[in-house]
Amino acid sequence: MTHLENQLLDILREDCRMPLEKLAVMTGATMEETAAAIERLEAEKIILRYAPVVNWDKTDRDRVEAMIQVRVTPQREQGFDAIAARIYAFDEVKSVYLMSGNYDLLVLVEAPTLKELALFVSQKLSVLDSVTGTATAFVLKRYKEDGVVFEDTRGDGRLVVTL
Amino acid sequence: MNYDRYLNRAIAAVPPSGIRRFFDLAAAQKDTISLGVGEPDFITPYHIRDAAINSLLNGETQYTANRGLLSLRKAISRYMDERFHLPYDPEKEILVTVGASEAIDIALRAMVQAGDEVLIPEPSYVSYCPSVIFAGGTPVPLVTTRETDFRLTAEAVRAAVTPATKVLILPYPNNPTGAILSREELEAIAEVVREHELLVISDEIYAELTYGGSAHVSFGSLPGMWAYTVTLNGFSKAFAMTGWRVGFVCGPAPILDVIVKIHQYTIMCAPRQAQVAALEALEAGFANDFEDVRRMHQSYDQRRRLMVAGFRGMGLDCFEPLGAFYVFPSIARTGLTSEAFCQRLLEEKHIACVPGTAFSAYGEGFIRCSYATALDKLNIALDRMGDFVRALI
Repeated sequence: MTHLENQLLDILREDCRMPLEKLAVMTGATMEETAAAIERLEAEKIILRYAPVVNWDKTDRDRVEAMIQVRVTPQREQGFDAIAARIYAFDEVKSVYLMSGNYDLLVLVEAPTLKELALFVSQKLSVLDSVTGTATAFVLKRYKEDGVVFEDTRGDGRLVVTL
Repeated sequence: MNYDRYLNRAIAAVPPSGIRRFFDLAAAQKDTISLGVGEPDFITPYHIRDAAINSLLNGETQYTANRGLLSLRKAISRYMDERFHLPYDPEKEILVTVGASEAIDIALRAMVQAGDEVLIPEPSYVSYCPSVIFAGGTPVPLVTTRETDFRLTAEAVRAAVTPATKVLILPYPNNPTGAILSREELEAIAEVVREHELLVISDEIYAELTYGGSAHVSFGSLPGMWAYTVTLNGFSKAFAMTGWRVGFVCGPAPILDVIVKIHQYTIMCAPRQAQVAALEALEAGFANDFEDVRRMHQSYDQRRRLMVAGFRGMGLDCFEPLGAFYVFPSIARTGLTSEAFCQRLLEEKHIACVPGTAFSAYGEGFIRCSYATALDKLNIALDRMGDFVRALI
């Protein structure tokens, strides 16, 4: 990773719609260098997607989220990867992490209703051969995601003008 | 009742800031994007806040030594030596103050008396001139201009020296211009200092914030200049700790002893929790090579480039500032005075900037824009200013 690539990641992470021209100005690189660096980040799958952080609670969509702690039996030769792949193949699953600690996989699941989410756990996830146990915790309220506080009431805190 | 006869005439005569009305206007207006703020948009890193909270929970609520916690002075000593090649004895040559502002005041009061002249580069931070007057001295402006990118020249210093000149203030990196001085320029000034045996108050509060590969050079680190220099610095800018009010002053012991005397009788000591927080800022900095400072510095640098390009793109003359977090573009092309420009920009586009004249009459024709503002807001501000300026030129 070059210094330019690192800078680009920091800026794009904050605002992925920043025009190429401004990215070049901010990093002090030429447009060509900047474009090439971004292409490289994309080609190497360091940047996977440019997506907004959405506060779904403010939309009219029905949406339930849960974090499910999953215990599994690792498989010979493949460890946890095969079962993780089996789990992340479900459309309901948004994220899967292999964890240290009391359980093995943390699975973030999203479904339109509580009932559908419950059905996913009981009929799709728990029944997998390698899964030996699950503990489901529903998300009640989201306060902060990807570094963004959803209802930041603190304001700037600074006076409008100070010398 | 007429209070005039009760008031200190010299102090009462110092004019209040001429643009008070503008500030009130800016403060009253809703939805303003402000580029007028002289402090970081970052909040103090969590571990620093946590150190202060812990200190309170531990019941550390007493006075500290007048000079500040010895542990903090030791850390400052190491910091100044490692970062700026300035060796100071933590026992005798460092005083922790209530922000660098206090340091400016008491350093001047310790040196200046009636009849003494103090050389002050202009435009500069607003407190030097009044502080000199409060101390009974006479401020003498050293005018810097766009022609030298607001760099102070040795010739300007030499031309202003009289037998009454005692102190030279060196406020670099500079607020409001963002100008810095190179080693060569400082060495040339050092010649004049040596020639006329001036004392230098080097206000280096923005020392961590220099850009373009030019690291800050401390005046006191130049050969032979340590003995002529009182160095001011603090935690406000580089560590995003403005509200904590913790700065420090370093210099030769005979001068520090007198400075401490004023501090001792007026302040006692800087607030303990602020000192504890400052200590954490330095200790963590030593451990992680000042990661917080570097992170903020990189973000400022990116925004600095964006602002300079933005103003040039509008057709305004804007020299490249290499320090602090301000750009100082010329708005002369618009035909407006600095204050009229800022007032109309505020009223018509809801953007607050500071007229150059807030810093001295020599700031006329310029505005100070702080880029210590969130990137999305900076972009909106630049767009709106672009519309505003293009309609004028």
